[in-house]
Amino acid sequence: MPAGLNRALLTVVGAAVAVVLAIAVCSVAIVVAGGSPIDALAAFFDFGESARAQSNSVATLLNRAVPLFIAGLAVAVGFRMNLFNIGVEGQYRIAAICAAFVGSTFTAPAPIQITVIILVAAAVGGLYALIPAVMKVTRGVNEVISTIMLNYIAIALSAYLLREPFAGERAEGQLNTTTPPLPESGMFPDLNFVFEWFGMLPPTRNGGLWGFLLVAVVLGVVIWVVLERTRFGFNIKASGLNGPAALASGVNPKTMIIAAMMLSGGIAGLIGLPEILGDRGAYTNNFTAGLGFLGIAVALLGRNKPVGIAFAALLFAFLDRAQGALQFADIPASVVTIIQGAIVLLVVVANEVTNRIALRIEERRAAQQLGRNTPVEVAA
Amino acid sequence: MSADTLATARPAVELEGITKRFPGVVANHDICITVQPGTVHAIVGENGAGKSTLMKILYGMQKPDEGTIKINGTEVSFRTPSDAIEVGIGMVHQHFMLADNFTVLENIVLGAEPKRAGRLDTASARRRIIELAETHGLRVDPDKLVEDLGVGDRQRVEILKVLYRGARILILDEPTAVLVPQEVDELFQNLRELKAEGLTVIFISHKLDEVLGIADAITVIRRGTTVASVDPREVTARQLAELMVGSELPTAETRDSTVTDTVALRVSHLTVEADGHHPPPKGVGFAGYAARLREEGKRLLLDDVTFQVRKGEILGIAGVEGNGQSELIEAIMGIRPAHGLVELDGRDISHWSTLKRREAGIGYIPEDRHRQGLLLEASLWENRVLGHQTRKPARRGIWVDRKASKADTQRIIEAYDVRTPSVETLALALSGGNQQKLIVGREMSGDPAFLIAAHPTRGVDVGAQAAIWDHLRNARAAGLAVLLISADLDELIGLSDCIQVIYRGRLVAALDPCEITPEQLGGYMTGAIAGNEEK
Amino acid sequence: MTKVRKYHLALIAVAGLILVVSLVRVLTGFDDLTSSGTVGAALILAVPIALAGLGGLWAERAGVVNIGLEGMMVLGTWFAGWAGYQWGPWAALVAGLIGGALGGLLHAVATVTFGVDHIISGVAINLLGPGITRFLSEVLYKEGTPAAEAGAGITSSPAVSGDTPTISLPLLSSGPDLLGKLESTHWFLVADIAGVLRGLTHEMNLLVVLAVLLLPLTFFVLWHTAFGLRLRSAGENPWAAESLGVNVYRIKYIAVVISGAFAGLGGVFLVFVSDKYVEGQTQGRGFIGLAAMIFGNWRPGGLAAGSALFGYANGLQLRSAQTVNTFFLFGAVLLLVYIALQIRRMTAPDRPAELAAPGGRQYVLMALAVVGAAVLFWLWLVIDQLPNDFVFITPHVLTLLVLLVASQRLRMPKADGVSYRRGEQH
Repeated sequence: MPAGLNRALLTVVGAAVAVVLAIAVCSVAIVVAGGSPIDALAAFFDFGESARAQSNSVATLLNRAVPLFIAGLAVAVGFRMNLFNIGVEGQYRIAAICAAFVGSTFTAPAPIQITVIILVAAAVGGLYALIPAVMKVTRGVNEVISTIMLNYIAIALSAYLLREPFAGERAEGQLNTTTPPLPESGMFPDLNFVFEWFGMLPPTRNGGLWGFLLVAVVLGVVIWVVLERTRFGFNIKASGLNGPAALASGVNPKTMIIAAMMLSGGIAGLIGLPEILGDRGAYTNNFTAGLGFLGIAVALLGRNKPVGIAFAALLFAFLDRAQGALQFADIPASVVTIIQGAIVLLVVVANEVTNRIALRIEERRAAQQLGRNTPVEVAA
Repeated sequence: MSADTLATARPAVELEGITKRFPGVVANHDICITVQPGTVHAIVGENGAGKSTLMKILYGMQKPDEGTIKINGTEVSFRTPSDAIEVGIGMVHQHFMLADNFTVLENIVLGAEPKRAGRLDTASARRRIIELAETHGLRVDPDKLVEDLGVGDRQRVEILKVLYRGARILILDEPTAVLVPQEVDELFQNLRELKAEGLTVIFISHKLDEVLGIADAITVIRRGTTVASVDPREVTARQLAELMVGSELPTAETRDSTVTDTVALRVSHLTVEADGHHPPPKGVGFAGYAARLREEGKRLLLDDVTFQVRKGEILGIAGVEGNGQSELIEAIMGIRPAHGLVELDGRDISHWSTLKRREAGIGYIPEDRHRQGLLLEASLWENRVLGHQTRKPARRGIWVDRKASKADTQRIIEAYDVRTPSVETLALALSGGNQQKLIVGREMSGDPAFLIAAHPTRGVDVGAQAAIWDHLRNARAAGLAVLLISADLDELIGLSDCIQVIYRGRLVAALDPCEITPEQLGGYMTGAIAGNEEK
Repeated sequence: MTKVRKYHLALIAVAGLILVVSLVRVLTGFDDLTSSGTVGAALILAVPIALAGLGGLWAERAGVVNIGLEGMMVLGTWFAGWAGYQWGPWAALVAGLIGGALGGLLHAVATVTFGVDHIISGVAINLLGPGITRFLSEVLYKEGTPAAEAGAGITSSPAVSGDTPTISLPLLSSGPDLLGKLESTHWFLVADIAGVLRGLTHEMNLLVVLAVLLLPLTFFVLWHTAFGLRLRSAGENPWAAESLGVNVYRIKYIAVVISGAFAGLGGVFLVFVSDKYVEGQTQGRGFIGLAAMIFGNWRPGGLAAGSALFGYANGLQLRSAQTVNTFFLFGAVLLLVYIALQIRRMTAPDRPAELAAPGGRQYVLMALAVVGAAVLFWLWLVIDQLPNDFVFITPHVLTLLVLLVASQRLRMPKADGVSYRRGEQH
């Protein structure tokens, strides 16, 4: 269908322009900082000298992309109906520590053990997201403010849980606090064999290529189907495009808010699992933070569509991976954060602009196909 | 002011060759209008003919692609409304441009504030407004919040806004659309006074009788261009219509009654509280509770509304906007909680969700199609699914049946003559009339037992209006019960089998449309004629 | 007429509050509840929140939602630290102001010119703020730079040089320090009032006084000048403003840039409190400021009350973490007061209709209140000292509770958060 293709093409072009502009902005910053943008660019593509280092770099990239992808999905589910779940950050932290702790309390065959951990994480994330949803539905509390506050509460709460009730034994000379380790059956099998298919050495760093990648792919497909093909997905879309119209059509906004927030929070609960099940086997106090906020950026970049989010997650992971290499090239690693922030801002601007162009084109096309060259008043 | 003497020599407004293009369409094409000073000049044309765009150009809100504008003989070029205000043009918008949370005074002085020592000089502003109001007979209280004002008051505020800026040329965009006949008379009286003071009034309308009553000169616009300039003393309404749409205007006449004895919808004692819905306390019962609320002087948006609609009947609800029509619709649709009883085909549906009510066969043509009726940025077939998510053909288990939905959208497009390239086109690319026809087609799908039609032909072109009226009449003949809410009194009187008047949330009169004139109806609507409320 | 009554009500509320707090203090023996030290600290901590809230107020009154306040505040802290260690506190003030204003400008470009969703732009700025400051630190404070030798690191600036003037009320809170003497008597009520007054007047930083004055100044500008009327019209109905020749874009730009400047100024005060820029020192105060503004129903007076509440919670927590426990008792007392009022309303002869014969809902609410009071009282008895993590989140929890109670009575500007485009009516 040409119209749809047109729109998709415009979107891609817009995103590409935004990324290029963001790179330009950062090049300026790097030059001002006394570095060379060329060196920086080289650093981004520098995957290491040895074959092993290259494998490791690829694995690091994919391992970073997986949680970003899940975070993006979590945010997107809310965004699709204009529900701003800024609380993904808190939801995944609290879910991760609870899941890690519960997983460490029993031992079962691997499939059961892992399933239970995943379910616990999703349930905790969903329940934590239920708080702002209920506050919004019953008392009209804006979800943006409430989820922001709940982020701080979740972070403090997980710090407390980690220190007191959920703390595991600390090894001699170990500075990090951590939950008790998962049993062997709780670790997700790695995907290092994939590297051999491509004639590469299997990665060795941080548990290799995490198997949770498969879960993420399945999740992405499921979410796509739910959003694009089911009645529930239709209701989400309708609520997002026009709340009053959805209400008049019989969609119950309260149910939708609760359902979408729980779904969003449930997905958010899984964000921490790749790291726990793939590498650490526990929740520690240096657990990766900030994925929820990055998830917002990833969702925006991917325009709230699973495929777009996948590409956005890969892009962000690609940028993040270069932090070490950048430092070697004597370029401030925080340039990555600036690029990411700039990309988000420029992409949303590009989205607005391309959206407007697309709508124009659509109007013109409709007019032409109808042969409506007779003047018609345009409702302002 | 010397404008009066100067003005006699030159036209107040001259538009020459104005052309304005929007993506894919030409809204105005080679428009030429000359307005003499100190006259009321009417510009008539049907909905969608390009009148509003033209006025936006004259008021600096849009820039013309071609053509010149001369004000009092001087060529001007407006970049913003302030340029237009500068040369003495003022505009009273069709949709009021007022900030609800501001006082009348604040709304009037905004943009032209009197200052004293850096402060907003409210005292002198108040003096000036009261003085203006008195000289022009436009009574308002400057310190009232606009949200507490009625429609007529708001329009007076709009006119005062324009006069406060010393405008000599007034543009009124469809000023009578929301007024009852009595208010229209009052407005015309005001306009005549303004004219007597030497002001020029440009009056935009598609109501021909009104135009003939007030205008000194008439310009007809059709399909974006000026087709004729006529003298109102020399034309009839019929001839004007001919010029405007190339044929006679459609009339909303229904022929023989098709009313049956079966009641489709019965509403009893429907009551809606203004400050949030409270369940009636235990033991007291709803009737006692409502009586108590009334006793305490609590404001009720709907007060003891009782009526029934039979199969094959169109019941019209007349009322000045804001007297409870929206609340009535929302209460029947289950969007707004209410006390009282709603029965559909004898079943009590008072506690049903909106969804369940729709499934049971209530159709709904909403009053504002952009706000409540459409997903503008979604395709037509998705808009067809809206409201039918749980019913065939849109539903297949938990899935949306895309194929069947598209096929059925195609059926609507053909049956209701929706002009569109395909079912995949976004709803916003359609003209207002085609959007409305799609909505009518959608709401008639799935054999509704009862239809709410709120302003079904508002803002649509004559062709679509005639088509929609036909569909309503046919459905009525086929046994559909319709609740028609409209501000267009001719439409109400023409289509309805019975008219109920709503005033301040109460049904105050049940009237027979065969025996009532718009003027009488207006009397009931404003509360000037007391209805049969004292039962 | 109504104004006077509102004003009286506010006075009565304050008096009642002092009475309750005083009672709790005497009951618990935690003198820090109303000590001048706590009040002084509360004021210092309330100022950044109030400034962030003012930032929110300016933007949202002009119809632009600004959750990027946090990021703008971060920019303010960094620039204040950077200018402060080189040229002293006044330079810090100006630099922080400019830093925040730049953040505001970015938000304005995105939301006003390009019509980006306000929340999304705000989120992006909250990502960018810390990113930019980290980058600047890495460039300017890295090892070997003069700054590093002056004590800077990747996460902090060198100490701000020089002091800002402080003032005290003569006689009362300095010299003979009469209020101080009264306060140390620990008499019921008298000592409390003296403590509060002394806290507000003893060695008060002149800048703090100026910052507090920004509240009435804002009220004056927004509600009593032509500019203010235009600004608020952009938040209520920008299309009406446009149709009267008001340049809505310009108004919005000005408002959002000022908004950023206020947030940046809030950051400056944080730098003054800890004497230097430290990464992450805003600790979400931008968001709390936003919450204070919402709590204050988009008005300066309410905003001041909200910030005072959060500042007090914060100050108490810093002064003596133990005292935070008394919040449980305080909450229990408030719930009891609520129950008492409710019972009075229900038994009053001229009770409103909806309470004439209370439904299940009322009873459930009352029961919940009773249970809540009991639980709070029990917590107060049992818990010796809250874990630090919980103490830290006191303001956040308070914000949530306040929003739960107050959200439905609030009225935000009608076109707040609406993407406005010239010539395109909604």
